[in-house]
Amino acid sequence: MKIMNCPLNGPRNISEFIFGGEVINEPDPTACSDEDWANYVFIENNTAGVVQEWWFHVATAFWFIAERDTRTDEIICTYSPKRVHDKQEERGV
Amino acid sequence: MPFGLIKHGLAKTYPFRRDIPAPHELKDSYDVVIIGGGGHGLATAYYLAQKFGIDNVAVLEKGYLGGGNTGRNTAIIRSNYLTTEGVRFYDESVRLYRELSNELDFNILYSERGHLTLAHTDSALRSMRWRAEVNKHLGVESELVFPDDIAKLCSCLNLSDDVRYPILGALYHAPGAIARHDAVAWGYAAGASRHGVELHQETEVLSMDISDNAVTGIVTNRGRIKCGYIVQAVAGFSSLLSKMAGFQLPIRTIPLQACVSQPLKPILDPIVVSGSLHVYVSQSDRGEFVMGGSTDPYPLYSTRSSLEFMEGLMAHILELFPFLSETKVLRQWAGMADMTPDFAPIMGLSPVSNYYIDAGWGTWGFKATPVCGLRMAELVATGIVPDVLRPFALGRFSAFDLVGEKGAASVGH
Ligand SMILES: Cc1cc2nc3c(=O)[nH]c(=O)nc-3n(C[C@H](O)[C@H](O)[C@H](O)COP(=O)(O)OP(=O)(O)OC[C@H]3O[C@@H](n4cnc5c(N)ncnc54)[C@H](O)[C@@H]3O)c2cc1C
Repeated sequence: MKIMNCPLNGPRNISEFIFGGEVINEPDPTACSDEDWANYVFIENNTAGVVQEWWFHVATAFWFIAERDTRTDEIICTYSPKRVHDKQEERGV
Repeated sequence: MPFGLIKHGLAKTYPFRRDIPAPHELKDSYDVVIIGGGGHGLATAYYLAQKFGIDNVAVLEKGYLGGGNTGRNTAIIRSNYLTTEGVRFYDESVRLYRELSNELDFNILYSERGHLTLAHTDSALRSMRWRAEVNKHLGVESELVFPDDIAKLCSCLNLSDDVRYPILGALYHAPGAIARHDAVAWGYAAGASRHGVELHQETEVLSMDISDNAVTGIVTNRGRIKCGYIVQAVAGFSSLLSKMAGFQLPIRTIPLQACVSQPLKPILDPIVVSGSLHVYVSQSDRGEFVMGGSTDPYPLYSTRSSLEFMEGLMAHILELFPFLSETKVLRQWAGMADMTPDFAPIMGLSPVSNYYIDAGWGTWGFKATPVCGLRMAELVATGIVPDVLRPFALGRFSAFDLVGEKGAASVGH
C-alpha cells in the first residue's frame, strides 16, 4: 500500500488518511460577497502539479498539510499546519 | 444482404470501408471547434452537422478518439435517478440510445439487461421506494422488488442472510442496459465525418487567445486556428481547459477504476449494483464480468491502477458472487472522472461569450452521451439554452441552487 508520512505518527498506510482539499484562504464570511463565499465553498483550483493539501489522520484526529504532485501522486513533504501559520504570522498575513 | 455476403465471400478482396477519414491539415478557421474527441464531443459534432446543418466543424482530440473516459467506462445506461431534472434528462438519453444503432448505421451492441440496485438497509429500501415512485410518476419503469423476485431475476446472486450485508430488496429498472462504449464513439465519429465534420486526433489544445471576453483563437500543437464557437468536452481535464479560457470550475479530477475477469459462460443477465458495497457488475457479450467500484479516495491526474482498489472491490464482489473466487482478473484500468459537489453535470453557457461547456460528468456520463450531444448542439446552433439543460448551469453554484442528485452517488452509474 502507498505510505504517507504523518508528521505526528510517522509513516502509515494511505488508507488511514482522509483527503481534505487544497489549502486555500477562507474569506471573512461576514465581510465577503455571496459570490466570493460561493467560490470559496465550491470552486476548485484542481491543479495538475504540486499542490498544498489538507490531510487528516483518522485514528488520531490529526490535521496536517502535505505537498503532493497531482500528476504523479508523489508526496513531496508533509508538515504540521503550525508551520504555515507561523510563516503567515511572520509575513503579517 | 446474404447474397452480398456470398459474393464478397468468393471475391479476393473485401470492399474496405473507412469509417474515419485519414488525417489531414487543419484549416485556418472553423465555425465551431469542439475540444475533446470522447463520446460527448463526437455526439455534439454529429448532431451539429446532421440535425442543424452546421458542418464547418472540427473536433480536436489530443490522443485518439474515445481514448478517454468514453473507452474506459463500465457502459451502464439507465434513467432511474431521483430528481425530476435527472430522470427527464436521462430518459431522453435512453430513448436516443435505443435507436442509435439504426440512426448511425453502426452497431453499438445495445443490450437491455435490466438493472438491480440492491438495498442492504432499511433506509436504502426507503430511498428506493422513493426513487421508484418518482420514476413511475415520470413514466420510467422502476419498481421495488424483494428477495423472492431478485432470485428469479438473478439466480447467481448470493441472497444468503449469512453475510455482512444481507440483501433486503432492490430497485429494479427493466430498461437498464449496457452498450459497447468504443462503438458509441466510433459510430458518432463516422456519422459526423459523413456529414462533413473534421476529426483531428493527436491534436492538443495548449492555450487560447482571448479578447473582449471571447475566445478568438486556439493554439494547438499543430498550429493556431480561428473559431466562431467553442465547445469544451474534456472530462477529467475540464479544469485545465477552463483555466485556458479564463474561468474556474467546481470540479475535482479523481480517478475511477474498473476491471474485467476472464470470459465465463453467460450466467449474469441483469446489471447488479450495490451502493453500500460500492460495487457494480455486468457480464459483457464476450462473457467477461465487468466490475467497478467507487472513485479513488483523493484527486489525481493519472490513469494508474492500484492494488488497494482491487482488494477492496473483490472483497465485496465475492460476497455477492462467491463462485467468482477462482476466476482470474484479466485487465484493470482507470479513467479520470470530473467530480462536482452535487453529483450533477455542468452544461451550457460559460462566463466567456462564445464558449460552451460540457463537464462534470464524473462517473455517470456515458449514459448521457446522446442527449448531451443533441442538446449541446442545439445550444450552439440556436444560442438558446434548451430546457433540459437549464438545471445544470454553471451559475447554480454561485446561486447556491445545487441539483442534489442523490440517485447518483459515486457508484452505480
Ligand atoms: C472506470 C469508469 C467507469 C464508468 N462507468 C460509467 C457507467 O457505467 N455509466 C456511465 O454513464 N458513465 C460511466 N463513467 C463515466 C463516463 O465514462 C464519462 O462521464 C463519459 O465517458 C465522459 O465522456 P466525454 O466524452 O465527456 O469524456 P472523454 O471520453 O474522457 O473524452 C474527453 C477527451 O478530451 C481529450 N482532451 C483532454 N484535454 C485535451 C486537450 N487539451 N486538447 C484536446 N483534447 C483533449 C481527452 O484526450 C479525451 O479523449 C465511467 C467512467 C470511468 C472512468
